Amino acid sequence: MPTILEVKHLTKKFDDNEVLKDVSFELKKGETLAVIGSSGSGKSTLLRCLNHLSPPDSGQILLEGVNINVPEIDINSIRADMGFVFQDFNLFTHLNILENVMFGPLRVRGMSRKESRTIALAEIERVGLGDKLNFYPAQLSGGQQQRISIARALALRPKLILFDEPTSALDPELTGEVLSVMAALANDGMTAIVVTHEMGFARSVADKAIFIDKGLILEQGEPNSMFTAPKNERTKLFLSNFVGME
Amino acid sequence: MGIIKILISELPQFAKGTLVALEVLAGLLLVGLVIGLAIAMAEIFGNTIVKFFATTLRKFLWAIPQLVLLFLVFYLPFDLNRILAAIIALGLCSSAFQSQIFRGAILSIQSGQIEAAKAMGLSKPKTIFYIVIPQMIRLSIGPWTNEFSSELKDTSLAYVVGVVEIMRHAKYIIAYTYGNAASVYLFVGILYFILTRIGTSFFYKLEKRLWVPGFEKRS
Repeated sequence: MPTILEVKHLTKKFDDNEVLKDVSFELKKGETLAVIGSSGSGKSTLLRCLNHLSPPDSGQILLEGVNINVPEIDINSIRADMGFVFQDFNLFTHLNILENVMFGPLRVRGMSRKESRTIALAEIERVGLGDKLNFYPAQLSGGQQQRISIARALALRPKLILFDEPTSALDPELTGEVLSVMAALANDGMTAIVVTHEMGFARSVADKAIFIDKGLILEQGEPNSMFTAPKNERTKLFLSNFVGME
Repeated sequence: MGIIKILISELPQFAKGTLVALEVLAGLLLVGLVIGLAIAMAEIFGNTIVKFFATTLRKFLWAIPQLVLLFLVFYLPFDLNRILAAIIALGLCSSAFQSQIFRGAILSIQSGQIEAAKAMGLSKPKTIFYIVIPQMIRLSIGPWTNEFSSELKDTSLAYVVGVVEIMRHAKYIIAYTYGNAASVYLFVGILYFILTRIGTSFFYKLEKRLWVPGFEKRS
């Protein structure tokens, strides 16, 4: 599979705080990358740097070989190609479920209402909520809202999807339904970067894992071997906090 | 109890005065809405310079008594018709208050939704049009109804520049019947009460109609 994303020497500072110090990795089409690490390690910032929600200070982000970390890039078209799923869903509260998912194709891609509807219906069906079209976000459970926000991201037909701790606001039961939607996506060949504390998911679904600590990638590789035999002491310590990860 | 007969015979004149008051009200609310919305947008989304001018204008309009602005606009060296002068003066005052209604409504929209729109690649103007404005309208109808009823009553101030609205007419009656002031003002008070009730119940209905789950509901 061809490389879809290549990140080289990415750095980001907030005032004097170096949140990312020289981060490099690459991702092939269809791969799922799990980004793990403790809170404040820079995981979410890394994700937000990729689509310039927090513009990086330096480094290269090559999306299909084109460096998007240059001032003249049309960042809105790049963002439309990178789906983003937030921890707290952020669905549009004044729109119903169908309108939320139609929003991307209709308002961002400029497609017709009919095409947008067809795409939206397919994506809502894919996350298993075809019976909720006329509901409003406030009427759904957190897990259902997150599944709709995944459908909303998918409806843009992005090249990859960035998940920023998608289950951190959910209880274990609701976490399960969201993770299974994400696992199905990974199976379908969607390219994804998942910042997560769900080690089970990282281990069983991800093709690759990155462990970030204090803005540096300390370890990266195949998740299973990283979880069973972490090379770095810090990784070992971090993973030892998760029970049942023998 | 001759005053009741007089008031009944004056009803057509009061009806005319009411229409004038409503004309002033509609005009001033529209002026206030357009300028208030512009101030709110400028204060939230504008760059430093735009923000500075908007805030200064708002503070200025906020600080001037309506009566002062009424006379000021009325005595400007242009040939302004009285009603138009009242609409502009009261509208400018209202814009300062309306801007804060809209500003509050916009700021209470969850910032995550704006960020989600940004992350989808939606431009800023489109985000304002498709996400901010529709939610702002729902969130501001309640406080705006408050402003509506307050401005409805403030149209009575327009009599000082000679607009023949309800108050002006009440003054006429009191003058030519030599007294009866309390009865006439009681009648005028009831008239304003009825107008306010009709107006606010309309906006409550509108609020209900635009309501979707997740927004506050008036019980």
